[in-house]
Amino acid sequence: MAELTAGAGGVRPAGRTPGGVIHDIGYQRYTGPRLGRSRVVLALFGHSLRTAYGLGRTAKAKVFPGILVVLGVAIAVVAVAIRTQTGEVEVNYLQFVDTMSVPLLLFLAVIAPELVCRDLRSRVLPLYFSRPLRRSDYALAKLAATLSAAFLLLAGPLLLMLLGGLFAQTGGAHGAWHEITDFLGGLGYAALTAIVWGAFALPLAALTSRRAIAAVVIAIGFVVTTPVVGVLMSLGGTTARQLASLANPVSLVSGLEAWIYRTDVQDIGGFGPVYLLVAVALVAVSTAVLLLRYRKVAA
Amino acid sequence: MPLIETHSLTKRYPRVTALDGLTVDVEPGIVGLVGANGAGKSTLIKIMLGLLDRDAGDLRVLGMDPATDGEAIRARVGYMPEHASLPPDMIAAEFVTHMGRMSGLPKAAARERASEALRHVGLYEERYRQIGGYSTGMKQRVTLAQALVHDPDLLLLDEPTNGLDPAGREAMLGLIERIGTEFGISVVVCSHLLGEVERICESLIAIDSGKLLRADRISSMTRRRDVLVVEVDEGTDQLLDHLHGLGLPVERAGPELLVPLAGDETFDQIMAAVAALDLPLHRLDQRRHGLAELFADAPLESSHG
Repeated sequence: MAELTAGAGGVRPAGRTPGGVIHDIGYQRYTGPRLGRSRVVLALFGHSLRTAYGLGRTAKAKVFPGILVVLGVAIAVVAVAIRTQTGEVEVNYLQFVDTMSVPLLLFLAVIAPELVCRDLRSRVLPLYFSRPLRRSDYALAKLAATLSAAFLLLAGPLLLMLLGGLFAQTGGAHGAWHEITDFLGGLGYAALTAIVWGAFALPLAALTSRRAIAAVVIAIGFVVTTPVVGVLMSLGGTTARQLASLANPVSLVSGLEAWIYRTDVQDIGGFGPVYLLVAVALVAVSTAVLLLRYRKVAA
Repeated sequence: MPLIETHSLTKRYPRVTALDGLTVDVEPGIVGLVGANGAGKSTLIKIMLGLLDRDAGDLRVLGMDPATDGEAIRARVGYMPEHASLPPDMIAAEFVTHMGRMSGLPKAAARERASEALRHVGLYEERYRQIGGYSTGMKQRVTLAQALVHDPDLLLLDEPTNGLDPAGREAMLGLIERIGTEFGISVVVCSHLLGEVERICESLIAIDSGKLLRADRISSMTRRRDVLVVEVDEGTDQLLDHLHGLGLPVERAGPELLVPLAGDETFDQIMAAVAALDLPLHRLDQRRHGLAELFADAPLESSHG
């Protein structure tokens, strides 16, 4: 209230009435920068990624992602503890990703509906589509957020395991380098899993506006073809057995793991490139379905 | 520069022609877009936003073509759709901030302007509550705030008073009038209720079956004025002569006398005349001299008020 203490003899700026300042509370035009479409898409991606982990939302929305984060971190901490105590690597980076497969599927079944069904259900999409971003921008931002959220669920604990591993390893610089390449391999496998499963789950969620139904649809989508894999495995010849895992997104990724990292989780014979091709096709078709879905949705 | 220019604008759906050779120029200001349900109002708005493609004709919005510059138009236009609803579990301030960012505002600016927009629509105190707990009127205000958050040059409001009670309608119309006059933002208000928009609009476009019925400034269609309706049980002619004698431009419509309302003194003059002639006054009330007569032939629904 400097205006009041200026005293009666003080000189007041022109236009100000004695006794105080009249604040202009009228409408102000915006003259600052307006960001382009790419920055808008980036903002939507960031917002969706935060939403997936319940950030900026109610406490209730943080519970489930929180449990899975704690679970992942706990597994990593135990793995590091065992390694520092015994010197044995009980859970390596690839095995960690495999260990997290059920939690990751649950995570996708919850966050994919969270990211798309809420907007469909509350019919808020016309408010998005009347803004600079396009329908495909919206769909791709949501897809990127789903894949990133899934990847981060695995990448965080993997990083913890790396830090623990670097302290635990005894091979000097060479050992450290070895540790880092192992970690990068695990990170790549985590990315592969997140991309294939996430891309498969999101269009399934976008089919319905009800989150609970979407979660069930995703769960069914992941398990519905497991009997096919099972039957082919037990009854088919060598070739059928080696190709059986193509039929399900979960076994498809294990098949890829077996080929890329030369592990013995599955016998896929020489069909590695076929697994890669099918995985790429699955991601492409899923993305196309998602884009098609948002082209049809009412604005 | 005209706000909106259309020339022979046509849009056909498989079974109906929504816009049929519509040609109209719209000057900045508050513009009413009236027509019965299904007249083509929402279709016109969606074409203006570049969300629908036209089949024929030309269209410019803010000097740009929605078919090629849809993105640039949508950055400078605020849209309040007819059937939009809002995420119930989001906090109003968060939601409007998010929508500001979706319009290209940087984070801090979006936050600041969201608070401002919610203040202007009268939800400042309630802005940190979840939208699910809001009344219908408050939700409509949030929808208006999200259309206003990025400081558009043009607001497109599709039936903004739908589902509101009479008090809510009044408040919403008052708000729209303020936006158009004090904020300096042009507004296109769609409504099937002529009586509702004529009060706040400076010009009016009436469409029917996708065709232009009439487009003009309201002042050139009719003087916006109120009339007093006087009805006496007997002696109507006597009163008419008496009021003529006072120099009032009285018109007779059946048993009613219509007196243009000049101010409170008009009331006093009539009351004095009725008292002087000792006539049994049946009624004396104020009526808005509306535009409805101008569209009497058109299949418009008349206003409830």
